[in-house]
Amino acid sequence: MTVLDGRGWPAANGAADAVVDVRGLRMRYGSRDVLVDVGFTVRRGEVITLLGPNGAGKTTTIEVLEGFRMRSAGEVRVLGVDPARGDERWRARIGVVLQSWRDHGRWRVRDLLTHLGSYYVPYSTPERPRPHDVDELLATVGLAELTQQRLASLSGGQRRRLDVAVGLVGRPELMFLDEPTAGFDPLARRDFHDLVHRLSDLEDTTILLTTHDLAEAEQLADRILILAEGCIVADGSADQLARQVSTQAEVRWSRGGERFVHATPDATRFVRELFAQYGDEVADLEVRRASLEDTYMAMVYRQERAQLEEVSA
Amino acid sequence: MNPVAYAARLGLARGWVETRHSLTNPQDLGWNVFVVTVFVVVLLFQRNATVKGSALPLAVLTLPSIIGMWVAVAGYQGAAGTLAIEREDGTLLRAKAVPQGMVGYLVGRIVSLSLITLFTLVIILVAGLLLLPDLATVGWGWLILVWVPVLGLLATLPWGAVIGSQVRSPNSAFGMTMLPIIALTAISGIFYPISALPGWVQGVAQVFPIYWLGLGIRSGLLPDAAAALEISGSWRHLETAAVLGAWALAGLLVAPAVLRRMARRESGSAMEARRQEHLRRSP
Repeated sequence: MTVLDGRGWPAANGAADAVVDVRGLRMRYGSRDVLVDVGFTVRRGEVITLLGPNGAGKTTTIEVLEGFRMRSAGEVRVLGVDPARGDERWRARIGVVLQSWRDHGRWRVRDLLTHLGSYYVPYSTPERPRPHDVDELLATVGLAELTQQRLASLSGGQRRRLDVAVGLVGRPELMFLDEPTAGFDPLARRDFHDLVHRLSDLEDTTILLTTHDLAEAEQLADRILILAEGCIVADGSADQLARQVSTQAEVRWSRGGERFVHATPDATRFVRELFAQYGDEVADLEVRRASLEDTYMAMVYRQERAQLEEVSA
Repeated sequence: MNPVAYAARLGLARGWVETRHSLTNPQDLGWNVFVVTVFVVVLLFQRNATVKGSALPLAVLTLPSIIGMWVAVAGYQGAAGTLAIEREDGTLLRAKAVPQGMVGYLVGRIVSLSLITLFTLVIILVAGLLLLPDLATVGWGWLILVWVPVLGLLATLPWGAVIGSQVRSPNSAFGMTMLPIIALTAISGIFYPISALPGWVQGVAQVFPIYWLGLGIRSGLLPDAAAALEISGSWRHLETAAVLGAWALAGLLVAPAVLRRMARRESGSAMEARRQEHLRRSP
């Protein structure tokens, strides 16, 4: 059983199946703390989005976990290993999707993926054969027709899909994606979301991604972490977060051409009573809980105000 | 299977692929043609000039010297330039994200830089031989023509990599390597025998690899009588090996630590910052 604390999500300690475990993470540049006190856990198979305004420290957090950046303080465990001391065996178990730009421009798509995949051969295990079949993977990310193209001739979206394929080629147990869909058109974004669902369902891959797109966070994540002013200010599913901000749902309806709005903690009961009283007269019924956007705004705003008060005090 | 040895083997394959890319890339080929043309023009101008105290045309001395110098250019500028570019464009970060990817990257780069340099040297040599039939009749010190360039690359490549890992942009990598190379070439007896220069300048030149590379290749391509034009009238093979070897040893001791430090600092946001800077430089 998962240990739940008062707010309805797993407590940060004692999670035996934690793939990522972060406590008291602090990151200081000069005299400025980008991360003040970040703590969270990620369990095997979860899809987690790290959401937050620009400059909140999302990229810094993910780079610490990837082992690409040294932290100032705190306890961090990724697949049971401190990323600052992660060896290449550890490296082989995680996948990093980079925001590539124009590297390997002369390589052909298939050649590069095959080459990068080969580095994982010594780390193959019977349960997790590495690397992935390259052609299958290219088909999965929708690049099957472009295997012989040189990278320099790919469009931005095609390149991002190759980035995802490169991150996946070693069949990672844990995958990091920093703003994976930046610059995607809606169709590519939909395809990418399908891919993430498939990975987590079929391969039991744990996924941690950052985004500032609320709809994306809501669509993809089992759990959302909101990072603001260097702290995790919220941790839970989209529904849980919404309930934290507001327990009230808004019910709208019309009757005899007149419009009504009513706020209630128990919308289901209210609507049942509404129909019992007026039956067919009720029209245009709408029940609206606080959206993720409302939640996000409320939480980020609350945090920023707290910071301001601290500064002026 | 040892993963490091395995990655080194992947690096060999990688180096070969990148060599093929370079040799079939119009831009790179154009650069090679340009370099060879410049040197051929220099040789043409020097064809009828002779060196004081010798019957040899100046061009016959210059051709081997140019080959020696080009080894140093490839080692310093080639390594620094590609490393700076590949830090900026994310190639290095990509290598860092795969297990033992840095090993593969470095082996690949050493292989491709060496092969591409060899290719250019052979073209310069062939062009020179066609132009200067005198050379074809001289004694061929093949062994020298193997160990001098190899040791020369070892003496220069690590230092080029050190420079490339420290500079902020590919442009500064170019400046940081090309300016010293031009200055050293001017005093290293590449385009005119060093014995014509003042003693203290000769002293400075003999600290750096370019002079010894020129001397070494000359000793391999020129008749023994031509040694009379050199400092102390000898080819000084032992000293050549000692100076180049010392640079190589020092470089191989320093470079891995510097490169490791550089690799540790590579991250997505560091690369993004450089990308933004690049976009600002070239709107």
